[in-house]
Amino acid sequence: MTHLRQTLVVAGHGMVGHRFVQAAVERGLTERFDIVVVGQEPRPAYDRVALTSFFSAASADELSLLPEGRYDDPRVRLTLGTTVEAVDRDARTVTLDSGETLGYDVLVLATGAGPFVPPVPGHDLDGCFVYRTIEDLEAIRDAAATAKAGAVIGGGLLGLEAANALVSLGLETHVVEMAPRLMPVQLDEAGGGTLVRHIEKLGVEVHCGAATQRVVDVDGRVAGLELAHRTVDAEIVVFSAGIRPRDQLARACGLPVAERGGVLVDEQCRTEDPHVFAIGECAAPGGRMYGLVAPGYSMAEVVVDTLLGGEGSFTGADMSTKLKLLGVDVASFGDAFATTPGSLELIFADAVAGVYKKLVVSVDQDGNASRLLGGILVGDASAYGTLRPLVSSGITLPANPEELILPASRGGAAPVGMPDDAVVCSCNNITKAAVCGAVDGSADRPGCADVACIKSCTRAGSTCGSCVPVLKNLLDERLAAAGRLVRTGICEHFDLSRQELFDVVAVHGYRTFDDLVTAHGRGRGCDVCKPAVASILASQLNGHVLDESTVALQDTNDAYLANIQRNGTYSVVPRVPGGEITPDRLIVIGEVARDFALYTKITGGQRIDLLGARLEQLPAIWRRLVDAGFESGHAYGKSLRTVKSCVGSTWCRYGVQDSVRLAIDLENRYRGLRSPHKIKAGVSGCARECAEARGKDFGVIATEKGWNLYVGGNGGANPAHAQLLATDLDTETLVRYVDRFLMYYIRTADRLQRTSTWIGALDGGLDRVRAVVVDDELGLGAELEADMARHVDTYFDEWRATLEDPEKLSRFVSFVNAPGTPDPTIAFTTERGQIQPVLEGEDGGPTLIAGASIPVGAR
Amino acid sequence: MTATETWTPVCTLVELEVERGAAALVHGQAVAIFRTHDDTVYALGNHDPFSRASVIARGIVGTRGDVPFVASPMHKNAFDLRTGRCLDDEGTSVPSYEVRVVEGVVLVGPRRTP
Ligand code: SRM
Ligand SMILES: Cc1cc2nc3c(=O)[nH]c(=O)nc-3n(C[C@H](O)[C@H](O)[C@H](O)COP(=O)(O)OP(=O)(O)OC[C@H]3O[C@@H](n4cnc5c(N)ncnc54)[C@H](O)[C@@H]3O)c2cc1C
Ligand code: SF4
Ligand code: FES
Repeated sequence: MTHLRQTLVVAGHGMVGHRFVQAAVERGLTERFDIVVVGQEPRPAYDRVALTSFFSAASADELSLLPEGRYDDPRVRLTLGTTVEAVDRDARTVTLDSGETLGYDVLVLATGAGPFVPPVPGHDLDGCFVYRTIEDLEAIRDAAATAKAGAVIGGGLLGLEAANALVSLGLETHVVEMAPRLMPVQLDEAGGGTLVRHIEKLGVEVHCGAATQRVVDVDGRVAGLELAHRTVDAEIVVFSAGIRPRDQLARACGLPVAERGGVLVDEQCRTEDPHVFAIGECAAPGGRMYGLVAPGYSMAEVVVDTLLGGEGSFTGADMSTKLKLLGVDVASFGDAFATTPGSLELIFADAVAGVYKKLVVSVDQDGNASRLLGGILVGDASAYGTLRPLVSSGITLPANPEELILPASRGGAAPVGMPDDAVVCSCNNITKAAVCGAVDGSADRPGCADVACIKSCTRAGSTCGSCVPVLKNLLDERLAAAGRLVRTGICEHFDLSRQELFDVVAVHGYRTFDDLVTAHGRGRGCDVCKPAVASILASQLNGHVLDESTVALQDTNDAYLANIQRNGTYSVVPRVPGGEITPDRLIVIGEVARDFALYTKITGGQRIDLLGARLEQLPAIWRRLVDAGFESGHAYGKSLRTVKSCVGSTWCRYGVQDSVRLAIDLENRYRGLRSPHKIKAGVSGCARECAEARGKDFGVIATEKGWNLYVGGNGGANPAHAQLLATDLDTETLVRYVDRFLMYYIRTADRLQRTSTWIGALDGGLDRVRAVVVDDELGLGAELEADMARHVDTYFDEWRATLEDPEKLSRFVSFVNAPGTPDPTIAFTTERGQIQPVLEGEDGGPTLIAGASIPVGAR
Repeated sequence: MTATETWTPVCTLVELEVERGAAALVHGQAVAIFRTHDDTVYALGNHDPFSRASVIARGIVGTRGDVPFVASPMHKNAFDLRTGRCLDDEGTSVPSYEVRVVEGVVLVGPRRTP
């Protein structure tokens, strides 16, 4: 029997069903089972937790957990848009609404939950919605286009999330909650009260302790809500009054369900029938259902483990929650209501700042707080990452536990040691030990040196992100302990990081390396700090790179305004903004290449590389290019490279905007901008994305209404897709956002940090970037734009300026005492009709007069 | 090269940029001449043994601890300006030459024996 392959059917392709299949593939369950997944929704599983971001996403695909639409394992079949209608446990088959019948050896129910709609009169009128699927949100968005006001029934977690959405759709918004406060499950009265004040400040009207009598019906459409004491006008009503497990399949085939709903399962998530399991929101292990995704993920792992013969079990889950509702931090964890006998509450409240924090602690024989049991945070949940693991680990509290919730300025936020098995990322159930293991590395994998690496190695931090600050602390602690501490100082000459150096230069107005190193460093600098300081000075002052005060700081390529090649010659890459070039100019490039016998190649950045120029030839080459209206162009330097474009609406039958025009303008605007690492950009004329804009540090994709702006992409060794920052911008706003984005990056990134890693390392990640760049929450926008305006105004062609300055030109010689003599060690052969370098010791290469180098010992 | 007493004038001190190098041709050899912040002048072979290209003069000049050094522009290997020893790889070095500044003129002398 065991030699036969078996069939496993998964009913439901939501978040948990998807995680189950992922784990099954990863852990080798598909060696034994063919898996058939049947999902009712028309699309593969998506991130329901982030459902609200659908409104800001370019398309629903951004939420997808399986963007390719299939698994990378041929033994998994995914059938979407199909419902499992019945289970026959005797025959071990399921029937689908398509009429198909499937046999199973194992059936996994992952049907999730559905919104509970209270049977108030009018609940099924036109204009009533629920908030659970992408289709629900599409319908709400369409209805909002013609509506003025909306009301949400339910002031819990999901209700506030829905209210958030209505506000962002521009509606006057009401929240109606039957309980006397918001989020009654998570918050106490004082916490709920603080939250109400925050939310009302945003213009949302909150009605607590209010029962809905009926939905007002005008011609079969919603016109408002009748509450006990008043009526509110609204053309849209969203029901968010709780969820109910979708356990009908189990009920119909006689499997026991819990009293309050949910398929009853044991610690292996097995139902009474050994062939049937249930996981996620449709399941009720031990009679209790869990309305969060993390417990569902644990259940999925447990079932895979069980089927592989493992011993995993599900014995309950952390119901902690942290979220940002309408911009307000709210967290609730552990025994938030102090139900443990003898527990004590420590409260910090600041009504002016709108902050409420409560810790629930247990008390030892001496009356001292001994362990943290739970807590509530409203208005400032920054301590959540540190506090939650304290609850699960049960370690003894420090002497003054109130320090943990006092504002930082009053001594709070002390770092606390936690045991190895403390769960630091509750979304993915990752322990401190696992995070530390990732930092330490192993025989076949180097240790992580940043949070991005921890994310990809362990999954920690990749779901809600609330644990990222803790990950960062653990990382620093661990690196320090291992002597791998990333000293923030950039090298032995400065104890300051690049960002700190940038600020010091801005504040003190230093104009030279000497002043800076005298005041804040030691020694004469090196190849690490000097180019970094050169870049900082250039970003702020925009002088010529070869000015006397900065020339000694420049990296080789900047020092000679061209890219050095393996044999000591240089390449010249004329700037071709946006990749657009006239035939005449094309001919000029050809002539220059021919006359100086340069190797010619089309680059990956839509321009033409001329290689093999000797140092002393560079000025003559630039002269020819400058005279023809070119500038030499940066293919070197930590600066803007190219803005790639597609042909766009001018020619392309699909184009919706003029991508070439925008690319040229952007390239001309940002050329010469010195930055922590190189910057690349792209502009595509429509969603087909021929310019690969999402592979760039900033990418622009045309829409019918304007431009979508993406940030943080790159190719290279660790490719990253740029993420959507803002949609449907007009050109002026787009340029303003890019100005801010680039200057924010230049001010705060580390040396040699591309935008993607910079965003990943920022506290708050992309949301932080959006807060600064789009929402201007720090009020920095105007300053960042002014910085960029200065760059644009002071930009000049540095090659042309070099040609005009005999002093600068004098460096471009082969030898100081024999300027006309070419370096005898440079030699070329010919290959495919063009020159190619040969080095000493290679066939046809130059021979050195004996003893020019003396390698001792084998190399 | 046994003519230990030959000194070749290559340029004036002011022609050398502070903390940058310049290449000179001395007896048919490419020599990299450096002027540090305290106006000391050093001369090393210009040939980078790692990349096998004649480029040392184009590197960044600085200090590691008390050691004045140049980082090769090709792959950033550091060489002690005083001795030519590679600071990242004990076994490798570049030649170093005697230098003098006489009345503002830089003279390159014989190669030092390691
Ligand atoms: C010439 C070119 C290859 C070609 O023949 O096509 C090239 C050549 C070099 N690339 Fe590149 N890259 C070239 C396009 C790219 C691209 C494609 C693109 O820009 O669309 C990529 C991937 C996209 C990206 O950067 O995100 C690319 C990723 C890299 C990387 C990896 C960057 C990363 O973040 O991982 C490096 C290394 C670095 O910068 O640290 C690099 C570094 C280099 C350097 C500068 C290495 C060096 O220090 O000598 C090469 C010297 C260029 C020269 O002219 O001497 N090159 N390089 C391309 C010049 C495009 C241009 O017109 O400016
Ligand atoms: C707006 C919103 C915000 C949320 N925020 C958070 C949060 O911050 N943190 C958190 O932990 N959780 C949050 N949740 C809850 C989280 O989304 C759920 O816990 C999670 O999606 C449960 O996963 P699941 O796979 O069990 O159910 P689902 O994701 O609902 O998937 C079940 C799937 O099964 C399908 N299905 C049902 N019956 C059948 C059938 N008979 N045949 C075939 N297919 C069927 C359904 O169509 C559905 O696609 C939020 C939910 C919402 C709606
Ligand atoms: S991105 Fe769109 S507009 Fe641009 S070339 Fe491709 S299909 Fe045409
Ligand atoms: S706790 Fe949500 S991602 Fe770590």
